[in-house]
Amino acid sequence: MKREVAIVAVGATRFGEHWSKGLKDLAWEAGVQAVEEAGISGKDIQYIVFGNMSGGMFEGQEHVGALVAEFLGLNPVPATRVEAACASGGVAFFQGYLAVASGMYDLVAVGGVEKMTDVEPGQATEILSAAMDYEWEAYFGATFPGVYALMATRYMHDYGLKPETLAKVAVKNHYHGSMNPLAHFRNRITVEDVLSSPIVAHPLRRNDCCPVSDGAACVLLAPLDEAYKYTDTPIIVKGVAQASDTLSLLERRDICTLNATVQAAEKAFAMAKLARRDVDLVEVHDCFTIAEILALEDLGFCAKGEAFKLYEEGETYVGGRLPVNTDGGLKAGGHAVGATGVKQIVEVVKQLRGEAEGGRQVDGAEIGLAHNVGGSGATAVVTILSRR
Amino acid sequence: MSVSGVPRHWRSQRERYRLLGTYCENCGTSFFPPRKICPKCRRKGRTREVEFSGRGRVFSYTVIHVGSKTFDEYAPYVIGLIELQEGPRVLSQIVDCKPEDVHIGMEVEACFRKLFEQEDGGIISYGFKFRPVDDSWVEYYEKLLADKKARAAQT
Repeated sequence: MKREVAIVAVGATRFGEHWSKGLKDLAWEAGVQAVEEAGISGKDIQYIVFGNMSGGMFEGQEHVGALVAEFLGLNPVPATRVEAACASGGVAFFQGYLAVASGMYDLVAVGGVEKMTDVEPGQATEILSAAMDYEWEAYFGATFPGVYALMATRYMHDYGLKPETLAKVAVKNHYHGSMNPLAHFRNRITVEDVLSSPIVAHPLRRNDCCPVSDGAACVLLAPLDEAYKYTDTPIIVKGVAQASDTLSLLERRDICTLNATVQAAEKAFAMAKLARRDVDLVEVHDCFTIAEILALEDLGFCAKGEAFKLYEEGETYVGGRLPVNTDGGLKAGGHAVGATGVKQIVEVVKQLRGEAEGGRQVDGAEIGLAHNVGGSGATAVVTILSRR
Repeated sequence: MSVSGVPRHWRSQRERYRLLGTYCENCGTSFFPPRKICPKCRRKGRTREVEFSGRGRVFSYTVIHVGSKTFDEYAPYVIGLIELQEGPRVLSQIVDCKPEDVHIGMEVEACFRKLFEQEDGGIISYGFKFRPVDDSWVEYYEKLLADKKARAAQT
């Protein structure tokens, strides 16, 4: 018999370039915030699980599970680092959920941390390309933006999406980011800014791509019936699901659909016993602007080939029919790869508690969804949270 | 490419040089990259190696302007997702034409080229790339060689 699980506390660093902070410092900052919010001692934590894509390649440091536990002064609490490329954080959350739902543990810290800016940008591109199929994609010169560009080219061909509409995804995310003190970029941009930025991988330009960020995020999970010990506003995990697909695009017949997202969304909505129309806001994985369009379709909010029309009408802004990425998403909020899946959940929690600052609060938000993707869609995690 | 010694490059050389994949005699499906098992037929499948014709069409493409460290010196270059006549798709560079001439549905054929060079006298890796199937690439290639000769004569 599985137990209902609630998020009882959250913490997150600003995402951006943290020259004075290393991986351990970032993990510390996010973890301490969550622990203080819950009013507990770190020693009350029974299990730590966190996402980190590549401490090994970014920092030359593996074995970061125990490293973080030690730095937080929590030895001998078991600490596990999970890796699923950019979905590491979402997968860590799923693992933390299982640990509490199963009855194994009563207080679990779920985190995500990535320190990316100690390497030069070309090196970062190379490290991130390890999230694709190395042998048959990266080896032939494909880059991570390049693979999403292949999806974008085909999508534009099949459905008539125009670059100026695609640009509106970035414009909206920068607008939301401008209201979020933790966002990597807080400047507003225009469609013209996007269309005049340098091409990275045609048809994607620099302003279609998320930045490389340092950052960490943390949430504490407890059984719902114990949640009020820690908070007056527990946020309930109604549904959470993870799914897998091919690492490479080669073996997907429809490259404009991320089947792992489709599968995870179906399972998460079935588990939550909720419909798409019940959702008040979504945090989706917009590593590239095209990814946000695909996500809204694959999550079931729009039919295939229809999502970009929401952008023509401004429906994805706070105050619109379906607010998307109210913290600025990956594009403006930043993308510290292993931390992103948890950061998305932190934003949904803030929204459902009514605590989103800067004018980005969605009025009366009760149900929110977070969607985290690894690589070009080989892993997807969908989480549905509710205020009651 | 990071952290790769000789065996890693050598191991997939045959497939990379000759565009080899897998064919299942039970269901008649071809696969690329090569597989040990037919995912449809599983134990009932009878898989064997197959050499593809190298002819196909562009299913999607991009022009990479910012490459990874290994490929940045070649930018801008075209990456295509090519649907082979036999069904499977491969990801490859499309060469011997201007990037702006590449389009979805364009007919292409495999050719054998250098993929990249490792720094400091390291491995030079070769494999397939694709080029337009009409003769336009001959003209393009001749012009490329003439330009190269002219540059060499100048220096």
